[in-house]
Amino acid sequence: MPALPLDEAGKYVAGAYVVFVALILIYVAIIGAKIARIDRQISELAGVEDDE
Amino acid sequence: MYSKGLAPLAAAAAVTLTAAFAMVFFYAPNDADQGFVQKIFYVHVPMAIVALCGFVAGGVFAIRHLRSGDPSWDLRSYVAIHLSIILGVGVLATGSIWARASWGHWWVWDEPVLVSFLVVFLLYCVYYPLRFSIEDPGRQARYSSVFAIAAGAFVPLNFIAVRMAEQFTHPRVLSQTGGDLPGDMRLTFLVALLGMALLFVTLWKLELTAKHASMQLKRLRNERVRDRARVAA
Repeated sequence: MPALPLDEAGKYVAGAYVVFVALILIYVAIIGAKIARIDRQISELAGVEDDE
Repeated sequence: MYSKGLAPLAAAAAVTLTAAFAMVFFYAPNDADQGFVQKIFYVHVPMAIVALCGFVAGGVFAIRHLRSGDPSWDLRSYVAIHLSIILGVGVLATGSIWARASWGHWWVWDEPVLVSFLVVFLLYCVYYPLRFSIEDPGRQARYSSVFAIAAGAFVPLNFIAVRMAEQFTHPRVLSQTGGDLPGDMRLTFLVALLGMALLFVTLWKLELTAKHASMQLKRLRNERVRDRARVAA
């Protein structure tokens, strides 16, 4: 197949890089949310200890 | 424990990947044969190499777990495989986009490189049901390690098989020696590969930190429950 013209190839290249960036951002967001939840639960646990 | 050096590592990964992507679009020339579409190579191939190395690393950590009995090696193995599967999703997606742009089809079943990666990916998808179908933590870790070692050994074998079927594969932009790639393209590729490897190690450490914190929290809660029971008794 001959090389695609730039205007048509551009959307495929952009698509590939967007997939990569989106994948990493979703992963980091999930892990970040998990760490924030653990942090909140530790604070709650420490609060209960202080009350007791 | 696992978070040591995470911030500088994350900064190094961000700087290297940004530099790599800048080089892809402003330094590396367009491929004479494929044109602008070949730019996908700089994200697709490093991601595939790092994912496959991650699978092998998962096997190596599993060997250390079976030798030492230390569950932290099993955790390292699990996180490496988990992360490699996520990168694998990216490899299959970007590979499909590249196939569509180059050959006019999203997927080609007679293409050994694509199909062999899919086989490896599906093999590792089995790891999750295997691991989480076992409740006893010791057995879970042992069985998962055995799987990780067997599957990790399959990865290089699969790579060799694809090389042996070279006459059927799509035109290579990177030969075994890297000789087919002009100097500026090769430099860009190597920077992208370094960035991807740094990103993998950063995310691996990040997930290990989260998992370790989660386990510590669980332990604290269990201790609290035990203390309460003791006081009540």
